[in-house]
Amino acid sequence: MSKLFSEENRAAFSKPLNLDNPVVIQVLGICSALAVTSQLAPAIVMGLSVTVITAFANVIISLIRKTIPNRIRIIVQLVVVAALVTIVSELLKAYVYDVSVQLSVYVGLIITNCILMGRLEAFAMQNAPWPSFLDGIGNGLGYAWVLVVLGFVRELFGFGTLLGFQIIPQSWYVENGGWYMNNGMMVMPAMSLIIVGCIIWAHRSLNKEEK
Amino acid sequence: MATKKFKCELCGYIHEGDKAPASCPKCGAGADAFTEIVEAGAEAPAKKKGIDTSSNTYTILYASAMVILVAFLLAFTSIVLKPTQDANVENDTKGQILTSLNMDIKANGFNVAKQFESVQDMLWKDGQLVPYEGKFLSSYAGAIKEGELHVFVTEVEGETKYILPVSGRGLWGSLWGYVSLNADKKTIFGTYFYHSSETAGLGARLGERWFQEQFNGKPLFAGESTDAVAIKVVKAGSASAETEVNGITGATLTGNGIDAMVREGLTNYLDFINQ
Repeated sequence: MSKLFSEENRAAFSKPLNLDNPVVIQVLGICSALAVTSQLAPAIVMGLSVTVITAFANVIISLIRKTIPNRIRIIVQLVVVAALVTIVSELLKAYVYDVSVQLSVYVGLIITNCILMGRLEAFAMQNAPWPSFLDGIGNGLGYAWVLVVLGFVRELFGFGTLLGFQIIPQSWYVENGGWYMNNGMMVMPAMSLIIVGCIIWAHRSLNKEEK
Repeated sequence: MATKKFKCELCGYIHEGDKAPASCPKCGAGADAFTEIVEAGAEAPAKKKGIDTSSNTYTILYASAMVILVAFLLAFTSIVLKPTQDANVENDTKGQILTSLNMDIKANGFNVAKQFESVQDMLWKDGQLVPYEGKFLSSYAGAIKEGELHVFVTEVEGETKYILPVSGRGLWGSLWGYVSLNADKKTIFGTYFYHSSETAGLGARLGERWFQEQFNGKPLFAGESTDAVAIKVVKAGSASAETEVNGITGATLTGNGIDAMVREGLTNYLDFINQ
């Protein structure tokens, strides 16, 4: 049991959450971080889907890593990811139809997320299944927390709501005689680049010594 | 002394020198991210056990086996799940039609299939409504294009309502919806719209009830003339005339799509509306 949670394995899980974060350090997966974070709920669902798929793709690739011909390894990885994503999306359509409608294009977008291919190539190809699984979960969650922060800021200031619930009192709004207006910039994808920039800035200054 | 090669595990950058650099010039990772690359020549003899995974035959066989396996897996999943998915889609379409009647289909205990039994699927053909005999359609875009005009007729609180399917194009993909009319066929009772791939948080908000409910009670025509459908989606916050509806902030192009879809969709039914 102690071997399962050895220092190396724990690092595989915890490093991507902070010091080796896929988004704020490696700047991967930015595209989807802009596309799905204008509201909190899709950001959370996207983060979780990527976590699950990265973890399982990592395990599968890790299991067959010794048999993969080197010259077509990227294609093999792509096929595994695409097959997984397709199966997940079919299952969602059959058993939780409402969720699949809400996710619509995002499920397909997971295939193109560079975090996935990055982890398969950089980690799963060289490591055993269990550390690969932890690495997948860690990277997925590392990606998810950045999305959640983005979704939180953008929905709160862009719409005055969180998960669809009104947070900023209606009476504050200009149209109701108050002084407050939703920030239209927050709704635009460009704004999430600026917020990602701010997160990277804060993250770097907090972790200056550890570099 | 021969130079050694070090590879950055994060971005794949290769550094040549006696030791790993303090930080990676490409991705900024620290020295601990680098691992030394042992020259291929030194490793190759030790690897010669079992099958040669880099031979052409192996690669081709591997690829073929993988493709066949994955194809079977996907085909199997698809066949097994198809009936359940179709039932879901049909139920969802019925739910969308009922939503256009301002029914809360998410409410506890609401049974879409049961409620839908009171809705008649009719066709507008040669100047009259005839019952539709075919299989229930889950998408009306094709039917509309072929001039097959479906009209759903039902009663809400004793009053006849007509539901007309509409379809169009948004910014990224298709849009569709259902517009229900009051018995006089001149005012909108309710609407339902949805989309295949509009931007989340912007265009995709057309699927939210607050937007759809703006159409409720709007007249189809401006003034007395009933020649041209006048209902219009305008820039968010600028609706002034009776037939204007506010668009969505930050989604002007999707708004234009809805505008065209509703106006053209209802224009198809002009004969029916003016009957």
